[in-house]
Amino acid sequence: MTTIENTRKRAENDAKTNGYYLASDQELLKDLLEGLHKNEQRYGYPSCPCRLASGKLELDRDIICPCDYRDPDVNDYGQCYCGLYVTKEIYDKKKSAKPIPERRPLEKQGRAYTISTEQTAESAKTAIKKTPEIQTKLWYCKQCGYVCFREDPPYVCPICKAKREMFAELDVTTQVREKIS
Amino acid sequence: MQTVKVAGKNNKHHVLLYAISTCGWCKRAKKFLNENEIEYEYIDVDLCSSEDRNKIRQDIQTRGGPLAYPTVIIDNKILLTGAPQDKLREVLEL
Repeated sequence: MTTIENTRKRAENDAKTNGYYLASDQELLKDLLEGLHKNEQRYGYPSCPCRLASGKLELDRDIICPCDYRDPDVNDYGQCYCGLYVTKEIYDKKKSAKPIPERRPLEKQGRAYTISTEQTAESAKTAIKKTPEIQTKLWYCKQCGYVCFREDPPYVCPICKAKREMFAELDVTTQVREKIS
Repeated sequence: MQTVKVAGKNNKHHVLLYAISTCGWCKRAKKFLNENEIEYEYIDVDLCSSEDRNKIRQDIQTRGGPLAYPTVIIDNKILLTGAPQDKLREVLEL
């Protein structure tokens, strides 16, 4: 089972890999790591502690930490939406961290409200019926060849850091060949 | 809506806080209200019923606010997204 220490280490490693820092306000950092850990326990994945999750992986994929919006937010505001990942400027307190505007499209935010939180069997059935259809596609990065299977391409390629514009949809057709014996 | 009421000496204004239980900024907003002994009520959107969750969504959107938390509504009139402490001090006359 994941512990808060694991959550912290994962975040620290990710910050290091991407040249970011974790929040220097130790109280905020503790709250955010606890929130991530709690979400991992209740949903099975560490969704953003400051966003409302639906509890359904396919609907929350874009807000699993590090979320899809982290890199453009750190680029524009010096911090991610919840303030876990920050630039050196914010880490050194030359600029203060604060709540920033939500970049996640409203249509995706709305999904957490259409899912029922009730636990009864009857309402669970209704919730499943209400779950919006998600169209997942294959996307590839034209710069490095990274391929992912998601609703939208990432804002930034996790491998080569190319921008979203460098992603194209991948059309795959499969053929079944007859075995020649 | 099933809100939690927190008593406080400062009860000049009606303060309603929409929060997420795991959110660091929401915890900070609650701490600020507690430290300033403000009477307020709050609801954690991630822990409430789906009915309340939708009421909250409707309430925030009708007032023209973004679906972001913490959201503070003062005297049923002023909506403050992110609960900025300088604005809270100004509106709550602290």
